[in-house]
Amino acid sequence: MYEGPIQDVIEELGRLPGVGPKSAQRIAFHLLNVERADAQRLADAIVAVKDRVRFCARCFNVAEAEECRICRDARRDPRVLCVVEEPRDLMAIEKTSEFRGRYHVLGGAISPIDGVGPEQLRVKELMARLGEEAVEEIVLAMSPNIEGEATASYLARTLKAMDLRVSRIASGLPVGGDLEYADEVTLGRAFAGRTEV
Amino acid sequence: MALYREQGIVLRTTKLGETDRILNVLTQGRGKVRAVAKGVRKPGSRFGGRLEPFGHVDLQLYEGRRGLDIVNQAELITPFDAVRGDWVLSACGSTMVEAADLLAQEHERTTSLFLLLLDGLRQLATVPAQPSVVLDAYLLRLASVAGYHPSLDACAGCGRAGRHEVFHLELGGALCAACAPVGSQPLAEGVLDALAALREADWGLDAAVAPAARRLAGSLVASYLSHHLGRPLAAWELVPR
Repeated sequence: MYEGPIQDVIEELGRLPGVGPKSAQRIAFHLLNVERADAQRLADAIVAVKDRVRFCARCFNVAEAEECRICRDARRDPRVLCVVEEPRDLMAIEKTSEFRGRYHVLGGAISPIDGVGPEQLRVKELMARLGEEAVEEIVLAMSPNIEGEATASYLARTLKAMDLRVSRIASGLPVGGDLEYADEVTLGRAFAGRTEV
Repeated sequence: MALYREQGIVLRTTKLGETDRILNVLTQGRGKVRAVAKGVRKPGSRFGGRLEPFGHVDLQLYEGRRGLDIVNQAELITPFDAVRGDWVLSACGSTMVEAADLLAQEHERTTSLFLLLLDGLRQLATVPAQPSVVLDAYLLRLASVAGYHPSLDACAGCGRAGRHEVFHLELGGALCAACAPVGSQPLAEGVLDALAALREADWGLDAAVAPAARRLAGSLVASYLSHHLGRPLAAWELVPR
């Protein structure tokens, strides 16, 4: 065991997700070798993320102000709302440049086996938004896994009574993949969701 | 590393690193097996879609170290897509796999548990009108398979035949007036009959069983199993009734 600050840094880094003791040690010694200004910049960035980043009051994306950049952007289409599990999903959709509407971040997905139900998600906040905003279409963009499907099914049931167009993002074959290696569930869905060309 | 092949049902999955998952699989011949499925969270994974919870799969695995095997190949026998795609069925199915996960022992063959879970999921996949009744029937059968068969037709204390109206979780069933601890509250009317009907019926309940008695019987089954498992079933609480 090392002594003093180097051991403290190893222990703190080792608490991060996906960082084992060996990786923590490697990063700690890398930090020891970098310029002081670089280390200071990293330390400042970590403190700033805790001090300045919060959740958007409207969509619950990460934001620096009361509302996030997307909610403040008047060019975004207010009639279409895309519901995602986490801010990371929102960023993945933004990278596609295909969606010009606004978002709502649930803060997770329904997972009965982990005791996470609709009450633990920001579903009430979504319903409140639908009452206040002129939304005409909801896009359910949950991951195609068991938690995402349970969440999408719950929301689809809940939203059914409202006068809205509710759609779910398609699931199917990945671009660049080989058809013969696709599993039956994925290929079956790709087939069921085929589009006319 | 030895290679083996097993049929199994995926009970639950846990994320591992960037793209892997750890699976708990209830196999037909080796009891519960914990295995790593590498790269299954990547969109282009060869068998990611085959290894979701509830999936009945044919697996080829390597025996790994520290009790973690490695999935080498996976073929899907039944995906139980209908169960995954509906929130109520998914909550019922999650309770089923959670209970099986708690009961099954690693590398200890329990074919009856495997077949019961498979049967339960098959019943849910038929999209029954009352999925929670299928779940209650499954949990009652599971208690019996696990060796906690509740006594409903005779006193669990002295064995005296008859329908007794006090139910004792620890003693394993209904108790007669002489065996019941002082101050025991009798069950509401019709609950024991609903329990007996759940045990005997083919994964359903007659419409004649009052909804209140059915709900109470369901709660009693869950409490009974949770008591013997030593912890509550998290998913059961979220099943809409």
